[in-house]
Amino acid sequence: MDGYYAFMLVATALVLMMTVPALALFYGGMSRSKSVLNMMMMSYVAAAIVGILYVAVGWSMGWSGDGTFFANPFELFWLDGVGTTDYIFVMFQMTFAIITVALISGAVADRMKFSAWLVFVPLWALLCYFPMAHMVFSCTEDSLICGRIGAQDYAGGTAVHINAGVAALVLVLLLGKRIGWPKDQMRPHNLTLTMLGAGLLWFGWYGFNVGSIVIVDQDITAEMGRTFANTTLATMAAILGWLVIERLMHGKATSLGAASGIVAGLVAITPAAGAVNLSGAVAIGAIAGAVCAWAVGLKYKLGYDDSLDVVGVHLVGGIVGTVLIGVFSTSEGAGGIDGLLYGGGAGSLGDQTLGVLVAVVFSAVITAVIALAIKYTLGLRVTEEDEVEGIDLAAHGESAYDLHTGMSGGGGGKTGVLNTRPADSEGAHA
Amino acid sequence: MKLVTAVIKPHKWEDVREALETFGVTGMTVSEVSGYGRQKGHTEVYRGAEYDIALVPKIRIEIVVDDGDADDVVGIVVKTAQTGRIGDGKVWVSPVETVVRVRTGDRDENAL
Repeated sequence: MDGYYAFMLVATALVLMMTVPALALFYGGMSRSKSVLNMMMMSYVAAAIVGILYVAVGWSMGWSGDGTFFANPFELFWLDGVGTTDYIFVMFQMTFAIITVALISGAVADRMKFSAWLVFVPLWALLCYFPMAHMVFSCTEDSLICGRIGAQDYAGGTAVHINAGVAALVLVLLLGKRIGWPKDQMRPHNLTLTMLGAGLLWFGWYGFNVGSIVIVDQDITAEMGRTFANTTLATMAAILGWLVIERLMHGKATSLGAASGIVAGLVAITPAAGAVNLSGAVAIGAIAGAVCAWAVGLKYKLGYDDSLDVVGVHLVGGIVGTVLIGVFSTSEGAGGIDGLLYGGGAGSLGDQTLGVLVAVVFSAVITAVIALAIKYTLGLRVTEEDEVEGIDLAAHGESAYDLHTGMSGGGGGKTGVLNTRPADSEGAHA
Repeated sequence: MKLVTAVIKPHKWEDVREALETFGVTGMTVSEVSGYGRQKGHTEVYRGAEYDIALVPKIRIEIVVDDGDADDVVGIVVKTAQTGRIGDGKVWVSPVETVVRVRTGDRDENAL
């Protein structure tokens, strides 16, 4: 099976690319120019922290054995006892942990302390993602969502998207709204970055979905063909679904809508990629595109500032895809179960819905505990001054763009060294 | 001498420039500006959220001319920049006390 390992190597690299740089670009473009670097840094440091933590205990918690919520964190501590050939699959699963955590950052744009994020990331990965990955992906008899409930999740509708979406919602409720929201202009500062990021996410998602091969009673290439085609078709349908709703509700089909449709479709087909046929994939994509396009408006009605719509796209899209497996799955698929539409009855629909509920409650409770602990110790939010002037400068001592020409820097060094402050004098207090 | 300042729609800029050159205007200062008049700005939609953008992009043209040419220049700008739709812009004329060409030190009419 050398071909399998070669493919998984590529798939793993593709999924890592989804965070660094795809998600960073997608989110970075949507944030304001004064906080784009911090937005990107949240993804980059999530990769660094979660990756190392995953090797330490994450793999062991997910995959070392039985357990309802998680397996023994120290059984395979620091990959002790894991053969180096298996490192490829460990790395593949690691990239899932990384992007799940990074996804959350879009909700807290502009206002969460970078130091609070550095503490939140490992705690959430440890207490929320690793257990959820065990419950969903490792699928031992005891594992709650896959083993006991029997809910299908091909590549992470519950473990990744619902999990991150719920965490995002809990965080924004505890953090509060950005200063000025929703009255002030907080439109994306660079939609070309966002379009590029969305395109790269789509590309990387082939590693995400097609790499999640389970090989159930059929040959591997057939399953790869199915998941690749489903991922593609659902995404295309979701773009159109989003744009149609946008055109009907607001009069214009926008580029941000197309980029968002891509992500909504990919999110929704993720749990279903192995379970449905082509028409099911198109239906799930179109429904997810339309429902998410509507759902991103909920924050204005309900008054929570989910800055870049992590809840509206990942939570809602994840729920749509996971639940609709109960409708559109076919017995030829990876799960071998006929959904409602194919005469399988409502059993699968019930299992899928229960799986969603468990994921929502688990993620909500654990995230709330972590976030409250940080809020009342370190603090979650930057100062008002730092938020208004921009978290890039406050937290990182940098600004993303210097668009000034001619007026300074070329006149014999007048603005050079003399005006440069020592790095520790200001701005590193977030 | 007079300073004619015109704020016009960007897509009319080429027409206005050609007409002014044909008339004999030898130089002007042009800048990309933004602002609004009675019509206010426009609306943009991002993920369903409507944003009222107050400032609309415009082109500002500044031309210093002889007293006798001011009315003609104003007329040319109005005629060529006019679309009849809201947001066509404004033109105004102000007195200029003196003009000096930096290269030669020439003053007033000789400096135009």
